Parts: sequence; C-alpha cells; structure tokens
Amino acid sequence: MHELAITESILNIAKKAAAEHGVTRVKEIRIKLGEYSGIMTQCVQYYFDVISRGTVAEGAVLKMERLPIIMRCNQCSWEGVIDKHHIQCPACSSVSLKLLQGREFYVESLEVDQE
Amino acid sequence: MEIKVMHQVMEWNEDVSDAVKAELASHNVCLINVLGSPGAGKTSTIISLIDRLRDKYRIGVIEGDIAGQIDADTIHALGIPVVQLDTDGACHIEAMSIQLLLKEFDLANLDVIFVENIGNLVCPAEFNIGESFRLALLSIPEGDDKVEKYPLMFATSHALAMNKYDLKEYFGFDDERVERSARGINPEIQIFRVSSRDGLGLDELTGWISRRIDDTIAKS
Repeated sequence: MHELAITESILNIAKKAAAEHGVTRVKEIRIKLGEYSGIMTQCVQYYFDVISRGTVAEGAVLKMERLPIIMRCNQCSWEGVIDKHHIQCPACSSVSLKLLQGREFYVESLEVDQE
Repeated sequence: MEIKVMHQVMEWNEDVSDAVKAELASHNVCLINVLGSPGAGKTSTIISLIDRLRDKYRIGVIEGDIAGQIDADTIHALGIPVVQLDTDGACHIEAMSIQLLLKEFDLANLDVIFVENIGNLVCPAEFNIGESFRLALLSIPEGDDKVEKYPLMFATSHALAMNKYDLKEYFGFDDERVERSARGINPEIQIFRVSSRDGLGLDELTGWISRRIDDTIAKS
C-alpha cells in the first residue's frame, strides 16, 4: 500500500525536472531499483497511470531496472552478486559482508519532448 | 531526448528521518522502532520493557495504529507519556509523522521513545523514522518461515525477538531455522527468545536494549 506514496514521489520528481528543462511531455521515466527493495513495480505503474492524468507525465512508461545485490567479504575481500536469501561469501563462507549495491531506489533519467 | 535526473525516490522520507535523528540527538533521546505482525506482541513486549527500564530511563511511547487507541490507553494507564498516531488506514509510519508528534513530548525530560509501528511485516521496513535501532518481533504462532518470506524486515532490524516462546512446543516451531535464516540475511542481528507473558528471556533483551540506549545517548 505504500506504493502510492512512492508513486507520488516519482511523479513529483518527474514534474520538477520537466519544469526545469522546459519539457512538454515526459514519455518514459527510468528508475533504478535495488534487489533488496520490496516495491511492487507493476503496482507503481498502475498508480502512476491514475495520478499522472492531466500532468506533463501523463501516459509515461516507468522503466524499472533491478540492480542485483553486490557485497564485499570482510574476511577475504571477495566481491560479487549475492542471493538475498543466503548472505554468505561463496569463496570463504564468511557471513561478515558489506553491502555495496542493492538498496538503491532513484530516478535516473527521463525520456522527453522539449519545446 | 533524455534528461539526467539522479534523484532518490525515498528522499522525502530520508531527509525527514535525518532531521528527526538530529533533533533527538540534540536532546539525548534514543528512539526505538518496534516492528512486527498484528498479534506478535508489540504492545505487551513494550510494556514488559517499560517495567524493566523505567527505573533507569525516562520513557515515552508513540503508538502507531491504523485506527483506534486501545494500545495508547493501555500505556497511558502506566503513567507513561504516550501519543497515539492514527494512520487512518495507512500501512506504515513515515518520518514526517514522527517529526510532527515529537512536539507532543517534553524531549528535555525523556531518554527513550518506543515507537510501536503498524502491524505489518512488509511496508514499515522500507521507511526510516529517525530511529536509533530496530527491534523486530516474530511470535511463535506466526510460523518459522517468516524471516524467509519477509527478508527486508529482518535484514534491516538490529534485533529479532522470538516472542511467545513458551508456545514453541505446541506449534512445532523450529527456532533454529529462524536463527539460521535471520543470520543468513543479516549476520549482525541479535537474536532473543522471549515470552512477555512469563518473563522468559526478557532480562537478556532488556540488557541488550539498555546497552544500545546507553551507546546512543553517550554519542549524542
């Protein structure tokens, strides 16, 4: 249910960027989302279609790219992609790992028409 | 054409969460975010912890509820300052709500605020509320697979208390499985087995919380 608050934030970010750049239409919003995030992406698009009506971003497609979880082992310095349900170093079996990527959630860019 | 934006989607909440943290630090107050399902025993555990901590710390409570104020009345009866946060249907608490509610407390005369989050294992995990640390409760009747099903909740918590531990045998609850999966997603997590009804394990949990509070207050 918190997807609505998140969708409002995405719309606000797009509207603000559009106003700053003299954009007449936002066609696509590119979003990066870490694998750790529990957001339902389909749900965000549904909400967006409704709340963007009458705005510069009406009809825009949200392109969400999932970023895998990447960690570095504090014991042996191994670095790579980790399954979120099994956080353990595949090289030395240590469970002491530092998260390098996987909790991101940001609007990267907009595909737009300009004046 | 393409416009680069690079803007955090959760920034509206993160900025306020940082502001809440700063305000609490300026008053030497430690905020504890208590999370768990409806019926996990959040209110009764908070009450048990208040009993054990109130001689040492001045405590306040924010009671998050979708509707009603049964829990706030229970805490109020203990003579503890409590503010009810009625989210009117929303599934989580945002930092903005905490920021507004802090005005209801006399922060100069508080050391600790417990926030009882909305009963839900999904949404509250995504929102920082300016807390010093998170305590997640998982009660035995909920089942031993919940850490695997709701990883973000347990990955972002600093402690996990398996509550209603006295019921373990009735439910065939595999506490080792919970411990394994919790450490798998969060190697640093502290794990406790408690029963807020008969007091089992509460001394250990209270001791750990007390150390965390002292660390937070000393740092500010």
